[in-house]
Amino acid sequence: MKIAVASGKGGTGKTTIATSLAAVLDRRAQILDCDVEEPNCHILMSPSINCSEVVTLPTPLIDMDRCNLCGKCGEVCNFSAILTIGKTVLTFPELCHGCGGCVLLCPEKAISEIPRELGVVETGQAGDVEFVHGRIRIGEAMAPPIIKEVKKRINVNRIAILDAPPGASCPVINTVRGTDFVIMVTEPTPFGLHDLRIAVDAIRPLGIPMGVVLNRCDIGNDEVNQYCNHAKLPMLAEIPFDRKIAVGYSRGDMLIKTDPDYMNMFERLFQNISCLVHESSKVHEVIPA
Amino acid sequence: MKIAITSTGKNLDSLMDPRFGRAPYIVIASSDGDLLEVIDNAVNVNAMRGAGIQAAKSLADRGVDVLLTGHCGPNAFTALQAAGIKIGTDQTGSVKEVLSRFKDQGISFADKPNVEAHW
Repeated sequence: MKIAVASGKGGTGKTTIATSLAAVLDRRAQILDCDVEEPNCHILMSPSINCSEVVTLPTPLIDMDRCNLCGKCGEVCNFSAILTIGKTVLTFPELCHGCGGCVLLCPEKAISEIPRELGVVETGQAGDVEFVHGRIRIGEAMAPPIIKEVKKRINVNRIAILDAPPGASCPVINTVRGTDFVIMVTEPTPFGLHDLRIAVDAIRPLGIPMGVVLNRCDIGNDEVNQYCNHAKLPMLAEIPFDRKIAVGYSRGDMLIKTDPDYMNMFERLFQNISCLVHESSKVHEVIPA
Repeated sequence: MKIAITSTGKNLDSLMDPRFGRAPYIVIASSDGDLLEVIDNAVNVNAMRGAGIQAAKSLADRGVDVLLTGHCGPNAFTALQAAGIKIGTDQTGSVKEVLSRFKDQGISFADKPNVEAHW
């Protein structure tokens, strides 16, 4: 089973939920930090990293001796990363998404590919939990190829917990796509609600079942609860605003280490999700494709 | 000689637009000041990225010799240079005013981009 932890708003507690859920599942779990711009599961889990692989994107290299300036490469590119202009072909590697369309279409076979470095994927162990995270090169804008590399390392024999980046754009969609369930972590404030709505609207078209974990549940107002009722989002768990939790977090400790009483809550959270995933797969069986 | 001026409207009296890639129109005029063609640049106005590159391509395809605009970023600059198009930046006023400034040789051509890439 693959469970993504997303939020919309930053700082709601995605990593707190993802790491403690993985830690409770222990040898059954694998954690994959897909927030490749600012990964920080490793801060809470202190994994030993035993493998680091560079992630590259293939970008076009033109052999001008072969090129007949037909311009087909530029016509197929959606991102203006390659362009026939004047008597030359220009490439803009930072715009290239690495689809390889220009290479395929070139009638003169004048285009080859050279790798452009985007970041690294590191794998290791955090106790008995398998650990994977991606780290993007600073200044690089192309996160999805690194997220895809992180996800290639999903161990199907384990419960994969994917910690998503905040927001509601390509990196989030690339993280949650193909998972069985999305936990939306939010807080009961106007900010939490605003960004939750955006993230739910972005993820819902993928047809993945979702549920909400309400963090700092005893602050703010009741609007997130009202929204969840209206949007038929099950409330999976609530965590109070507790000084003890904040102190543990500030030291870089996992929630279940700060307060082991929460282990029960995370076990119930997983059972809850398992049921919801099971139910939704039954619904899919009934409706013919 | 074909001269391209980025513009907010479709005629010579329109106010020029300081943006290159995302100007709504690009007016092409002769060196005598006659209006030759108006490019509707709407496609590039809404482009996620690469607006300047595509605008440069449309000028190159039309055999434009000189571009007069406000700002020109690094990618657009590279593309325009590859096409041999001369670039006059930091222009203001109406399209007509920019053209007469050019005719009076009051415009010096840029040898580097004058703004950062927009991404």
